[in-house]
Amino acid sequence: MTDQPRLTHEDLRGSSARRRRELMVRSLFLSAAAVSVIISALIIVSLVGEAWNFISQVDPGNLRTDGWFPRRDMFDIGTIVAGTLVVAGVGLIVAIPLGLGAAIYLAEYASPRWRGTLKPILEMLAAVPSVVLGFFALVVISPTIAQPVCDAFTGASPIFSMGAAGLAVGILITPLVASIAEDAMYAVPNSLREAAYGLGARKRATSLRVVIPAAVSGIMAAIIVGASRAIGETMIVAMAAGGTGGSLFQLNPCQPGQTMTAAITALATGSDRVRGADLAYPSLFFVGILLFVFTLVLNMISERFVRRVRLRY
Amino acid sequence: MADTLRPQAAPPAADLVRRAISGRRVDIGARLFEGILLFSLLIALAILVVLMADVIGRGWVVYAERGTEFLTSGNSRDPAQAGVGQALFGSLALMVIVAIVSFPLGIGAAIYLEEYARDSPLTRFITVNIRNLAGVPAIVYGLLGLAVFVVALGDLTGPNSNGRSIISGGLTLGIVVLPLVIITASEALRAVPDTIREAALGVGATRWETIRSHVLPYAAPGILTGTILSMARAFGEAAPLIMVGGAASFVAAGDANLIDQLFGPYMAMPTLVYNWAGLPNQEFRALTSAGIMALMTTILLVNGIAILLRNRYARRW
Repeated sequence: MTDQPRLTHEDLRGSSARRRRELMVRSLFLSAAAVSVIISALIIVSLVGEAWNFISQVDPGNLRTDGWFPRRDMFDIGTIVAGTLVVAGVGLIVAIPLGLGAAIYLAEYASPRWRGTLKPILEMLAAVPSVVLGFFALVVISPTIAQPVCDAFTGASPIFSMGAAGLAVGILITPLVASIAEDAMYAVPNSLREAAYGLGARKRATSLRVVIPAAVSGIMAAIIVGASRAIGETMIVAMAAGGTGGSLFQLNPCQPGQTMTAAITALATGSDRVRGADLAYPSLFFVGILLFVFTLVLNMISERFVRRVRLRY
Repeated sequence: MADTLRPQAAPPAADLVRRAISGRRVDIGARLFEGILLFSLLIALAILVVLMADVIGRGWVVYAERGTEFLTSGNSRDPAQAGVGQALFGSLALMVIVAIVSFPLGIGAAIYLEEYARDSPLTRFITVNIRNLAGVPAIVYGLLGLAVFVVALGDLTGPNSNGRSIISGGLTLGIVVLPLVIITASEALRAVPDTIREAALGVGATRWETIRSHVLPYAAPGILTGTILSMARAFGEAAPLIMVGGAASFVAAGDANLIDQLFGPYMAMPTLVYNWAGLPNQEFRALTSAGIMALMTTILLVNGIAILLRNRYARRW
């Protein structure tokens, strides 16, 4: 037998230049992915640092006062949390029926072609920037809807109100709620619908008693994501809720109020006023942390609901 | 659910069947239900139409009187002279920085997560982290930008403007849309079937060669659509810019060169709209609407391009 060249491990490894390049490219992409972790760390570090300055220096008595007036050392957290909940609540009252109604129609009733025509409407509504909706709330929603309704119940009401801002926030989150809920209903397998039809159920019973219960996790997720977005919405509230400069504790949606997000911008609007001013600057970061935790918890809950849908089907 | 299935005290079955097939009964309840559902979609459409009509109704007069001069002149206290020129420049410059920051980082991260990463605790942590970042309110990113780019790095980002520069604003907006870019790019990569990858790996290509020559060309339209949509989102985003100085009311136009402008005070379209909307002067209402027309036209145009691209190159495997 003649000597045959034997194939070794070395021959199969390919050229070292190629391997080196491969390793380099891979680590490049890994570092790009790591940037997202760094950003999270930066958010937490920068927020916690200044928020700690605030907590350690503020007089605890100033945290429970009649309102939120950071320039007068009145840091009533209850005021801005209440304002946030009122605005988000009004928003959800608008967005839940509209968003879910649209979602059920698109997922269960609309023919594919009709669906292709209708869906872009929601996508266009979703593309409207929140400054535009803020202006819309101020010049259209408030005088034509919010003020007349409020006038009927409480007498004269101001043009700036949490209700007007809340209605606009509802418009903003409706497309989001609709699209997540529609995805969830779309994911319900057809076999369930066919089983219902086979038992003699009609379209409405099938939608309400089979598809919706099967998609309930996704629908919950849609509502929670909507709530999270409503809590984090800034521009509409800053423009239409009327809390510029500060606000007294207020639960009435017909009155002006301050949310957590608007409290942050209210201090920053203008130019260099943010810095300096004693505790006002660190108070921004304390509010920022509250907001971050609120939305993070909501997002994690919704993520859990979404995963449940995915596991089931 | 169970009680709907239970047979109720019913007339004899033969009777029921005869009635069911002999006449066409209109189910009013069902029609009503469908009508209500459709109505909620139509409300969304009506809001959109009213919003557009109102904005155009208020703002049209500005274009009718001043034409493109409104689009090129700078801001002013005098409503007859105020225009969106500086804000348009600011927004376009911001978009360039957003693209430079978020595209390579976002697409790179997506390639790592979809093509390289194994299902390890680290990968799962990064993925969950990105999903959470996508849900963080934009204003919180504004605080991050304020603390990092304006205050901590102010000497680098804006030596003569206390750090409140286009650079700071662009970096902040880039971070705001980064999670969105990663998520959309990941989805585009995931849509490429594994058989395509196996074909390349089978003839001895390395991972990167496979990605470059096989995966990216097929995923490109999807990635492009996602990045364009996130640019549209960044273009309309005002909240974080207010925190990092994009709400300067007046910017001395001057004859500063491009570099100085990048490091100097600035304004952007959405923040200019915000500023104008807050002015008590009624004449600024028309200007605000005219500014919104410019803003919305840009955003809808960009969105339209993205949707066209998506439909044109949509591929079914």
